Amino acid sequence: MDLATLLQILDSATRLMAPLLLACLAGLWSERAGVFDIGLEGKMLIAAFAAAAVAAVTGSVWAGLAAGIGASLALACVHALAAITFRGNQLISGVAINFLASGLTVLLGQSWFGLGGRTPSLEGAARFAPVTLPGAEALRGVPVIGPLYAEVLSGHTPLVYLALALVPATGWVLYRTRFGLRLRAVGENPASVDTAGVSVVRLRWAAVLIAGVLCGVAGAYLATGLSAGFVKEMTAGRGYIALAALIFANWRPWRALGATFLFGLMEAVANRFPSLELGPITVPSMVMTALPYILTVIILAGFIGRATPPRAGGEPYVKER
Amino acid sequence: MGLTAATGDAARPATAAPPAIELRGISKAFGPVQANRDIALAVRRGTIHGIVGENGAGKSTLMSILYGFYRPDAGQILIDGREVAIRDSQAAIRAGIGMVFQHFKLVPNFTVLENVILGAEDGALLAPSLGRARRELRQLAADYQLEVDPDAVVEDLSVGHQQRVEILKALYRRADILILDEPTGVLTPPEADHLFRILRGLRDQGATVILITHKLREIMQITDAVSVMRRGEMVATVPTADTTPEALAELMVGRKVLLRVDKAPAAPGAPVMELAGLRMVDADGVERLRGIDLTVRAGEILGIAGVSGNGQSQLLQILGGYPEPGAQVTGRATLKGAALPLAGADARQRRRVGIGNIPEDRQAEGLVMDFAAWENMVFGHHRDPEYQAGAMMDNDAIRQRTARLMQRFDVRPPLSDLAARNFSGGNQQKIVCAREIEEGPALLLVGQPTRGVDIGAIEFIHRRLVEMRDAGAAILLVSVELDEILALSDRIAVMFDGRIMGERLPGATTAGELGLMMAGVGEGRAR
Repeated sequence: MDLATLLQILDSATRLMAPLLLACLAGLWSERAGVFDIGLEGKMLIAAFAAAAVAAVTGSVWAGLAAGIGASLALACVHALAAITFRGNQLISGVAINFLASGLTVLLGQSWFGLGGRTPSLEGAARFAPVTLPGAEALRGVPVIGPLYAEVLSGHTPLVYLALALVPATGWVLYRTRFGLRLRAVGENPASVDTAGVSVVRLRWAAVLIAGVLCGVAGAYLATGLSAGFVKEMTAGRGYIALAALIFANWRPWRALGATFLFGLMEAVANRFPSLELGPITVPSMVMTALPYILTVIILAGFIGRATPPRAGGEPYVKER
Repeated sequence: MGLTAATGDAARPATAAPPAIELRGISKAFGPVQANRDIALAVRRGTIHGIVGENGAGKSTLMSILYGFYRPDAGQILIDGREVAIRDSQAAIRAGIGMVFQHFKLVPNFTVLENVILGAEDGALLAPSLGRARRELRQLAADYQLEVDPDAVVEDLSVGHQQRVEILKALYRRADILILDEPTGVLTPPEADHLFRILRGLRDQGATVILITHKLREIMQITDAVSVMRRGEMVATVPTADTTPEALAELMVGRKVLLRVDKAPAAPGAPVMELAGLRMVDADGVERLRGIDLTVRAGEILGIAGVSGNGQSQLLQILGGYPEPGAQVTGRATLKGAALPLAGADARQRRRVGIGNIPEDRQAEGLVMDFAAWENMVFGHHRDPEYQAGAMMDNDAIRQRTARLMQRFDVRPPLSDLAARNFSGGNQQKIVCAREIEEGPALLLVGQPTRGVDIGAIEFIHRRLVEMRDAGAAILLVSVELDEILALSDRIAVMFDGRIMGERLPGATTAGELGLMMAGVGEGRAR
């Protein structure tokens, strides 16, 4: 493999990592507050649809992004209402959101655009354009760093940089601020927060809404950055892969970056080498395409390290003395 | 008897300083259950005030109302003579009330500092709050013997230190009224003594302490005044100096109770179970049992004293046939002379060879909480021929037996269709005891038989255990309640850190000596 191919794969991995990273951070916010979020997939999907639909109609990608965030937030509110306010089962609420998004996007897409569930193709201002980072051309000649900066890091859409910036931002808020301390506490032992006179319900709502915003960005990026329009089920299980990455990352922001990059890398390799020849054996394309999913199963089955989830995760908080 | 009955309109001298806390006519019902009925209470500033009562007497409900956890249906709360509305815990904290719950409200993987500032941060950023808390903690440690490493992670601390963190939390919030709910239940005697020194120090600085407990010895030892609750009502408030444990116990249950267990000297027979060199290494590679040698004879109660977490649970689980997953057990054991396999056995095998088991955690190990009493009553014996009707279970036979046992063990209410969780703690325990004792095992394992059980039921369960002993059974009793060990045992072995520190006879030892052994000081200290 030559250097150009390697750079190409890394570049593509970064691009493919972004939606996973956004969704993974969404899950991190929600689950660190003790609310399991299996509905990442559904929220991304509805955001992708809303973003593509609005961008197609208005011709503005930013209007599309806002619509994506709005749609995802609406589903996040459903989840919060069911799982926090009414103390319902968090998994069931998440599954319901996934079904709802899966059906709703196709139904609305067909009724509005009549393209079999797709939205019209997006062009120009209706899509996110790549950004060339300052100094990319000037640094290109520098060995190692130059090509990495110019080829891999530069030339992505703004949402990729947003996703990357959210990693340190998440870490800072969680570990350096009052809000973060309370949020982590509510995911570990909500009674400690309650007896300190702080509202468990309000904190968890805030966390779930943050997750909604991040899923909205992730979905909008799928439809208006990575692709040029919405197609049926275009999230393709990325919400679940993000959950696996979250477990792999042990619910920590920097590790989430590493874990989602690994998944992005595998997707990129599969895209670049539809079938891989390893000496006498040819790995068929089906296996290559399935790689991220196979890794997901391995991680979810607990083969990699010991995961320590937030202790109060999945349990509605009921006051007791 | 020198008791002043507290009534709804207790006379308050207008001239004297108002009480730190005054409750008037507090009532609270949960559905049909009246947890608190027209409660009146006045606690003088700068005193330690005890509240005693059986389980379910309404003590914890009352304190939860005071801390804003529940809203009372009726009544007033006055702090320093001024009525305050305590709608939530925030309001209670503002009124200067701090609470140390029986089950600590700490975040296990946070540091001490983080736990202390949680909810009482100075601003949006943590760093300044952490700095101030560090300085305050140093001062509080010096003032009140509340030393604890501010950077330690809470789950790594001993229970005693975790409790100090709870007290520090309250003091950091400037609480001058401190409520402690059953604070000594999990402490070693030296730790409890230290806690009492802390509480006296706080009182001497002008703080007001409310101590909820069911241990009358502690009430006598540390409180200035004591209030007794019974079935949701406040039945008396009295200066501690003017009362006796017996008088308080009588007020609690409304009749005379035996604080000591009446029993004849034991007549031990042949060894029923012998353990030699029992070791257990858990799944994390930690050695939990480090060579246990024990003999339990027919017709005797061997009591195992010790602070919880020193291997007693592991010992009971191995003997009961359900060691924790991944545990490696070695050593030799015999039951009635026949080898007892330590590994690879299960609870069914244990029952078959004649080992009964009243487990430590009745709600997790002893009962299925959502199942009816009659279903719970047959667990472990559900394969016995008398409960089979062809391929089906003979539910009528099980129900009839349950009805008989409920009557014999005075289970209230005697409804065999009621789910286990709807019985009180004491009655749940009676169901477990009935099931295990009535099978007539040769060896009965008993773990914490009276934890969270009211005095009436304690007395009943103790009497049954002694009767069983007199009938020739061997009983292995594990309890963290030293009083219980001293009252019931014919021989006492003290466990510390997976070892037996030594054996004592109840007549020839003192709580003090056992307390030292429980803390790892004593025979085992050869180094």
